[in-house]
Amino acid sequence: MSEFEQMYREVILDHYKAPRNHGLLDPNDAVAEGQNPLCGDEVTVSVRFGAGDVIEGVGFEGRGCAISQAATSMLTELVKGRTAQDVALMPKEELLDEIGIPLTPVRLKCALLGLGVLKIALHRSKGTPLPDEWGTSSGEISLG
Amino acid sequence: MPVTSSAHLDATAVRADFPFLRDEVDGRPLAYLDSASSTQKPRQVLDRMRAFYEHEYANVHRGVYRLAECATESYEHARRTVAAFVNAPSEREVIFTRSTTESINLVAYAWGLRNLGPGDVVVVSELEHHANFVPWQFIASKTGARLRSIPIDDAGELRLEILDDLAREGSIKVVTAGLVSNSLGTINPVERLAAWAHGQGAIMVVDAAQAAPHRAIDVQGLGCDFLAFSSHKLCGPTGIGALWGRRALLEAMEPFNLGGEMIRSVSLDHTTFNEIPYKFEAGTPAIAEAVGFGAAIDYITAIGLEAIEQHEHELTAHAVGRLGELEWVRLFGPPVERRAGIVSFDVAGVHPHDVAQILDWKGVAVRAGHHCTQPLMARLGVPATTRASFYVYSIREEIDRLVEGLHEVKRNLG
Repeated sequence: MSEFEQMYREVILDHYKAPRNHGLLDPNDAVAEGQNPLCGDEVTVSVRFGAGDVIEGVGFEGRGCAISQAATSMLTELVKGRTAQDVALMPKEELLDEIGIPLTPVRLKCALLGLGVLKIALHRSKGTPLPDEWGTSSGEISLG
Repeated sequence: MPVTSSAHLDATAVRADFPFLRDEVDGRPLAYLDSASSTQKPRQVLDRMRAFYEHEYANVHRGVYRLAECATESYEHARRTVAAFVNAPSEREVIFTRSTTESINLVAYAWGLRNLGPGDVVVVSELEHHANFVPWQFIASKTGARLRSIPIDDAGELRLEILDDLAREGSIKVVTAGLVSNSLGTINPVERLAAWAHGQGAIMVVDAAQAAPHRAIDVQGLGCDFLAFSSHKLCGPTGIGALWGRRALLEAMEPFNLGGEMIRSVSLDHTTFNEIPYKFEAGTPAIAEAVGFGAAIDYITAIGLEAIEQHEHELTAHAVGRLGELEWVRLFGPPVERRAGIVSFDVAGVHPHDVAQILDWKGVAVRAGHHCTQPLMARLGVPATTRASFYVYSIREEIDRLVEGLHEVKRNLG
């Protein structure tokens, strides 16, 4: 299997070309956006909750590489029907296993972008814990 | 004045100087097309730094023993080399910093904090690298000055016709621009901007990070007041750069970093500062790095800045020509005659990360991202571009490999 076939598996290309749960939910109960430190990927994730903080609906939009967009698409399928608390604590390995491709440290950031943004959305709306590596912005410059 | 040679650059001879080219991937050396990000090092620079550490090393400006005098002389010789490289009137106007970024921060803080206030305007451009944008944005917010930006046209060149409108916005105090754009390769008319700046009573600050390695720099000819550039972008080590500044301005400025070396006398209730350039060089400097910086300048000066410029012009023309043949590739930036050796492009339907990933598997290294120019990306309407950039060791064959790789990208993901 070539390097290309290993990283850009059928399932990745499928999710990239036909992303699931694409489009922001309106109305929604939570929304957050984020950018990849490996610059050039952006993702916005919106969530709607049902009873018991169960994630009833997820919708995302974004511009970015095949890995970041496909991973976010796969994530949305993974989290439907689970509680906010459960997803907030979801280890990144669970998503990476689902994606199932070898990822360099730098492309890891592409793959995990959507998960981080989703966890921020959950944190803001339901106060669920936020993993250390996904802190919110630590400052800004505003010109009057 | 730099020693320029009109001899053609002998790429085979130059490439033989670079150890990294001996490593092979799939039977070929890496096609390194990311010199705008950082440059590879020739053995002449590596050997000089090793020799310095092995036989000449001591702390500088302090010791009386011979080794210390030697080290000091090597460090100051590097300073003189930098001064000559940019045609500075005096080597005392050359400050060693950590980088272009630190050089610009030095001016923003040490000149800006004291000289900017409400009603003042700092003029940047839409092309600027974050290093020549964010410090001004920050200092403007601290002082109440306004930040205004010169926009670009669709070819990526500055729209200077708006300068008169900018003049009406307040008292122009700083005009700053890169001499060469790191994302688009645009060569900015810095002499014109400097003349306009002085007419407004403003200082002109030049980010020469992408220019100094690739074309002869003359601070007196440019008419600027400050100019910054980095060692690692011209085959020198990381961790060192330079700021050239007009003497009168530097003498009037307060220090930026304080501590040892930059003082004359220190007591509990009173401290006096050293003369320039030492006033701005607190602490033990990056001594061997300065020596390496000097050796790198000697190396490229021996090749000849004109020969380098010509070599890159030919490569850029080849790249623009070959990429222009691909209807699914969009090129950004000005025509070849008005751009330096940097080519940013977009592959239809494929994100730059994925382009760069596939090219990597073909042994071609390019840069994917916003290149620390987010305002520019926003203006271009793209999240990121793929960028190829050239230097003394780049050859046509590498550009052909890039194009081959792009065909593969298109086949697989387009």
